[in-house]
Amino acid sequence: MHVGIRLFASYADALGTRTIDATLPEGARVRDALAYIRALPGADQLPPAPLTAVNAAYAPLDHALAHGDEVALIPPVAGG
Amino acid sequence: MTHVALVYEPIDIARLVARVASPSSGAIASFLGTVREVNEGRSVTGIEYSAYEEMAEREMRQIVSDAETRFNNVAIALEHRLGDIALGDVSVAIVVCHAHRAPALDACRFVIEELKKRVPIWKREHYADGSRAWVDNRATTATREVAH
Repeated sequence: MHVGIRLFASYADALGTRTIDATLPEGARVRDALAYIRALPGADQLPPAPLTAVNAAYAPLDHALAHGDEVALIPPVAGG
Repeated sequence: MTHVALVYEPIDIARLVARVASPSSGAIASFLGTVREVNEGRSVTGIEYSAYEEMAEREMRQIVSDAETRFNNVAIALEHRLGDIALGDVSVAIVVCHAHRAPALDACRFVIEELKKRVPIWKREHYADGSRAWVDNRATTATREVAH
């Protein structure tokens, strides 16, 4: 399946991109998308357990993905 | 009535008050967050805010909805500014209207604390020496409730 991955703020700087198209096996979960990202250059700067979201809502690592989902890594927030 | 928005222009506080004020209200509480000149000893010249906009708006709506459940009969207007913001400018504004002051003040506090914990908005500070750095709210929020 194909999923879109979005990066923001310091994580986008670390990876040098804001969007990634990933091809993952059927049955993939958020942790598989994270593993995909971890193999990319610059990913060593990501923390051990970044917050994750699917389709604009916080989602845990075991959340099952569907084709076309949008996964996001959420850096520590700083609104206010 | 309820109003939530991310904006790229200066926030108009009077307009937010007008959105929530009603004849039944005896209290209007507000909170304005502004860009501070010094952060952790460094001289700040400006801030740039960015967001995962779809998600930030959704989380802001959820927080306002939670506040409406928790504090009966509040009307809430919430705006957060994005983009480059100068020193002293308002980055976030919350206006809460209720018949009485206690729920209005409590709901206002609730909204800003929740926003700082979980809304996906980021800021990069620009310093007098020309450097820039991403900053986060963890130093000022005791716990993060959205962790896995």
